[in-house]
Amino acid sequence: MTREVVRAIVYLNLYVELFMNSSELRTVANCIRRRDVQAVFEAGAGHVGGEMSVIDLLTALYFKVMSVNPKNPSDPKRDRLVLSKGHTALALYIVLSEKGFIQKEEIKTFLQPYSRLNGHPNRKKVPGVETNTGPLGHGLPIAVGMAKAAQLNRENWRTFVITGDGEMQEGSNWEAIMAGAQFKLDNLTLIIDHNRLQQGARLADTIDITPLRPKFEAFGWNVQEINGHDMDQIVNALDKDKIVPAKPTCIVAHTNKGAGISFMSDDVTWHHRVPNAEQYKQAMDELKKAAE
Amino acid sequence: MKAPTGPAKLYDCRDAFIDTLEDLGAANNDILAVVNDSVGSSKLTGFRDKFPERLINVGIAEQNMVGVSAGLANGGKIPFVCAASSFLTGRALEQIKADVAYSETNVKLVGISSGMAYGELGATHHSIEDFAWIRALPNIPVVAPTDRIETAAAVKWAAAHYGACFLRLSRIGVPDILPDDYIFKLGRANILRDGNDLTIISNGTLTNRALKAAAILEDNGLSVRVLNMASVRPIDENAIIEAANDTGAILTCEEHTIFGGLGSAVAEVVVDHCPVPMERLGVPGVFAPTGSANFLLDEFGMSPNGIVERGYKLIKRKV
Repeated sequence: MTREVVRAIVYLNLYVELFMNSSELRTVANCIRRRDVQAVFEAGAGHVGGEMSVIDLLTALYFKVMSVNPKNPSDPKRDRLVLSKGHTALALYIVLSEKGFIQKEEIKTFLQPYSRLNGHPNRKKVPGVETNTGPLGHGLPIAVGMAKAAQLNRENWRTFVITGDGEMQEGSNWEAIMAGAQFKLDNLTLIIDHNRLQQGARLADTIDITPLRPKFEAFGWNVQEINGHDMDQIVNALDKDKIVPAKPTCIVAHTNKGAGISFMSDDVTWHHRVPNAEQYKQAMDELKKAAE
Repeated sequence: MKAPTGPAKLYDCRDAFIDTLEDLGAANNDILAVVNDSVGSSKLTGFRDKFPERLINVGIAEQNMVGVSAGLANGGKIPFVCAASSFLTGRALEQIKADVAYSETNVKLVGISSGMAYGELGATHHSIEDFAWIRALPNIPVVAPTDRIETAAAVKWAAAHYGACFLRLSRIGVPDILPDDYIFKLGRANILRDGNDLTIISNGTLTNRALKAAAILEDNGLSVRVLNMASVRPIDENAIIEAANDTGAILTCEEHTIFGGLGSAVAEVVVDHCPVPMERLGVPGVFAPTGSANFLLDEFGMSPNGIVERGYKLIKRKV
């Protein structure tokens, strides 16, 4: 195929994705879940619980909402996604591979020596990654800076950032929340993956920062609460029409850690546990059944 | 090079920094100043008046300040992060590591009032660990200009260089040392005076004192080389090796703890390539007592006479 034809197909795919309906998005998310569980099983490591929790959000962003082009990953006018909960990098890698930023075959190198796909995302190694996350509480300040740059340039690209809910215990987030409101960054959307579990225990038994909505409202943000596994609700919440002028948006996405896999769902032990062969089979069977 | 003769006029290097930043800002809309409320102490009121939209004040929130700057750089901006060096480097060190160094973002970190510039305010405000902290990170050149000329030259270099850097500025008055047409080159030291009995290596506020010490030693029949080494990382290995070979002894002077700073960086090269007697002047691993910056430098043996004394001691160690 000539370069022009390849380019035409890529653009056509991007165009088609914009018109994906929720059912098609659910199919994509299911496919990403299965690839994720397989990669964690094969690598013998990962953060499968938080990945199952965030995959529907990432799918909606990359296959419906965001304007990004795998053929030009550093387009200055692209929308930005910062995965602040960087330990769920594998989910992002799979999404990026499904979008064409990296080869799908590369996923099997996850965590292998010299792989570009280390346990937390690296922007210098993986096209489509915006910033190197891992330590928590870093993504939201960076996203505030990105949104501020767009505002200064009078450009209309959007910045999205996904944090965990436990991550909101980091003080740096609240510094950024104050700045986002002060700077009137209505081009900024924070999505909190509110699965109520952190690494070692339930949020409520650690430092309970719920309810999130009134805190963000008190800080001057526009807040929406959704079911973070309901594709219609996710897509609807991320629509441009939901932007409130001069206010940044926080979407509190109520999710389940381990979502989609019965024995992992809402179980604190599945933060970075690896399924054994029997559990792996069950997880894949359940996900396959859900896809039917 | 200008040799200091008699009492020279002293200049606050922050003025050269801000004049240069304003000139650069006038020529390039992408240049921003990002501050943690420190508009006054960074002398940025003029920049704010000229480019009100481009002065980003995140409030008293250093972690957010560095994170926001990394995001601004992602959006094509060239942020100069201006804050008291102790708070910039200490409070936001993890952001500097992950968001700037590891992510290789085009963020210019400008540590204002570094070293013991805050004098009597005490050790909380002293920034005598910043060379060590930032020097340990890949991808961030560490630069401590010695006078207003080198400050202006380093700021111009920083704006033209795509990538991160840490400029460590003082507020203690220093005379002009370098020529007006000086061009800063990263990783290159300057021989300010030549000699063959001893080399004194210094940067920042200490080079002025080192030159005075060298003049005293020369009056006493010793020939002393003075190397101004603004660039702590990357360091000028060749200049250090030549100094060791030519003079057989190296004394470092810095407004920093002797653990991990310029002296340590020089010692690493000396140990690896050219072992010669060497000593390090700096803050000897303590929190400083109350006193002005100049008082404290004298107190820690870095008055011109203190440097002379240490120089004699070192020369005696030469075989």
